[in-house]
Amino acid sequence: MELICPAGTPAAFREAVDAGADAVYCGFRDETNARNFPGLNFTREELGASIAYGKARNVQTYVALNTFMRAGAEQLWYTAADNAVLLGADALIVADLALMAYIAESHPQQRLHVSVQASASNADAINFLVQTFGAKRLVLPRVLTVGDIAALAPKVACELEVFAFGGLCVMAEGRCSLSSYATGLSPNMQGVCSPASHVRYREDGEEMVSELGGYTINRFGADEPAGYPTLCKGRFHIANDEGYAFEDPVSLDVMEHLDALRDAGVTALKIEGRQRGKAYVAEVVSRLRQALAATPEQRPALLAHLRRLSEGQRTTAGAYEKKWR
Amino acid sequence: MAGRTLRITLGPVPYLWDGEAWRDFYFRIADCAWLDAVTLGEVVCSKRIHFTQPFIDAVANRLADAGKQVSLASMAMVTLEREAMLTRKLVEASPWPVEANDLSALGLLSGKPHLVGPFVNVYNGATARMLASRGATRICLGPELPLASVSEIIAASPGTDFEVFAFGRLPLAISARCAHARAKGNSKDNCQFVCQDDPDGLAVDTLDGQSFLTLNGVQTMSHTCQVLLAELPALQQAGVSHIRLSPQHCDMAQVAETFAHVRDLRIDASEGEARLRAIYPDVPLSNGFHYGTAGADWVPAAAEQVSA
Amino acid sequence: MILPKAISQPISRLPLPVIQQGARLVFNQMLRQHPTLFDRLGNHATKSFRFTPADLDLTFLIVPAGRSITVSRKSARMHADASAGGPLLTLLALLEGRIDGDAMFFARSLSISGDMEAMLALRNALDDSGFDLPRDLGKAAGPFAPLITRLAEMVRQRALVGLV
Repeated sequence: MELICPAGTPAAFREAVDAGADAVYCGFRDETNARNFPGLNFTREELGASIAYGKARNVQTYVALNTFMRAGAEQLWYTAADNAVLLGADALIVADLALMAYIAESHPQQRLHVSVQASASNADAINFLVQTFGAKRLVLPRVLTVGDIAALAPKVACELEVFAFGGLCVMAEGRCSLSSYATGLSPNMQGVCSPASHVRYREDGEEMVSELGGYTINRFGADEPAGYPTLCKGRFHIANDEGYAFEDPVSLDVMEHLDALRDAGVTALKIEGRQRGKAYVAEVVSRLRQALAATPEQRPALLAHLRRLSEGQRTTAGAYEKKWR
Repeated sequence: MAGRTLRITLGPVPYLWDGEAWRDFYFRIADCAWLDAVTLGEVVCSKRIHFTQPFIDAVANRLADAGKQVSLASMAMVTLEREAMLTRKLVEASPWPVEANDLSALGLLSGKPHLVGPFVNVYNGATARMLASRGATRICLGPELPLASVSEIIAASPGTDFEVFAFGRLPLAISARCAHARAKGNSKDNCQFVCQDDPDGLAVDTLDGQSFLTLNGVQTMSHTCQVLLAELPALQQAGVSHIRLSPQHCDMAQVAETFAHVRDLRIDASEGEARLRAIYPDVPLSNGFHYGTAGADWVPAAAEQVSA
Repeated sequence: MILPKAISQPISRLPLPVIQQGARLVFNQMLRQHPTLFDRLGNHATKSFRFTPADLDLTFLIVPAGRSITVSRKSARMHADASAGGPLLTLLALLEGRIDGDAMFFARSLSISGDMEAMLALRNALDDSGFDLPRDLGKAAGPFAPLITRLAEMVRQRALVGLV
């Protein structure tokens, strides 16, 4: 299986390549991708240089254009696609149907991958995208069990990529307006979830309080491991009880199911984390690269350390295991 | 298209209601003269379908006999083979037009006239045009879209009807995991249909006591109720043809009447809002998405007049 | 990882003007050698950032656009748009991009407050800049060179085992 690795900066890109990535995915410095964070991402020049760095080492570059085109501003996305093609991207990762149509028509030779944000979670949906836009690969939403994926793979006419490690969307991707409900900014439109501009941390006695758009997302005790201030991993009051309504602060780790995913016919494993530092990218990529070559017995020792870099310093196999539901 | 009378539609009941209560709700709706079209069906969770299945034909016929345009919604998230089969069967055999709410239904419906529901991502005119060319006759836009986008989309796709979410708790997210069952100590696979205990959803408050969200099975909704009343002229100006009311556990016939009266200038928007607050008490109103701010915000009507 | 007292106490006891001089040296050298920092910082370059090492009685206030750095004792409550605090080695490792800021935050080794957009922009800018304490400062560090080399060594040892 291929290892698809994140890069938010050219430095992280080089780390990912050097640590053993088969492909690195990244985005431009604007709202055309879903990690539109301050100080992150690539200029055209940086992308060109990074693609060259990868090519020289036999590593592919995927360019994420995985937000939905803002009505009236579609040209921004079309131009980004044109530029990525011109710079030599090996694949474009796309969520918006009309952007897929544009790429299929204007750049028929360009390899098209369907983003997780498109939320295609069954064979009919996937085959619709393959037939209509010539998609070569689909990134599956984190709503299927390993068994579901094994049942799905023989029925679809494209490669499948799954998230293996890193941030965990609790909600079906591309169909979540929780962030914009609280802040006015969303993954689908602005390429941000729980944007930094609306995050506030404050001390309240011994506790650290995280707020998003004025809503309290969590209160952490003095040395309690913390997570991102995302709504789906917040602690709330429900029915006279207090707790994590949707999911704890935790990251995804499905390396335990590596062999099952391979047997299921999965082509590529994706690591989340374009917003993370280059040290994280280097560490996670090299460990996962080793784990792919290791025996199942050797893997836990290789991966245990990664838990400490994760949200809440914990990991879960999430929706890949039926009991999570 | 601007200037045509806005038609009022009723979206599917998002919650799990007792089968008979669901039927009786729609029988009352059949008698409500203010509604032009009704979309039926279970959109949120396939496990709930058997609750309403025995009544759906009677309800659809009763609504059609009363002159309502009836359509059936497909599910918003299709993952299991059983759900895929249900979607295929709906597309093949539905006696009523189908509203696509996921990409599988959208693909299967290609080439025949159909509706597109708010769970298909239509963020720009190019997408709307493409869907129209494949047979979409009416598209209900997702509630996250601001008026600026709504206007651009409609202008770019002439000949298609567009519907906007004008009343109800906002559908914000859907998950493989059932937070509602989890809140009551159950897993999704052994949920015991606890969401039926909350016919208007289960409140999620912040640790500091702020009202925030509402659980509805695997769906997460807003705590606030979106209301676009003062915004009706702007929506009509933008070319919106239909406004969608999403059923809450309140008198939806009165809600429809209130919208119709404001549309027809029999009462003004502030009077309409006051009526809605009485019909659906204890739930704060919001309209922020329309203005491109946080969806939970309430932008007073005066601001709309200034910006218009 | 808190600095051993044998290192932290002598630093804390240095007169402020001496520390200020050393800090300015490091800071200016950093900006000179890594002009792309400003590119990633964008508008956030005009904001003020405060860094407070948990193990020293010092706090550093920087304004990148003004190329200014001010050192004071912790008791002086200077306003900043965004602030970060944690062990000195953690802050230095972040400066060099040798550890991941998010992981440090999750582990509660790093506290942040104020303008999160600005802080994130700075973090990402630093992460991409490839700043390297001993290499970039070299002889420019003058009398501080041995101290910086010693701290940099500690950062490297710690970062390797992921404990900073």
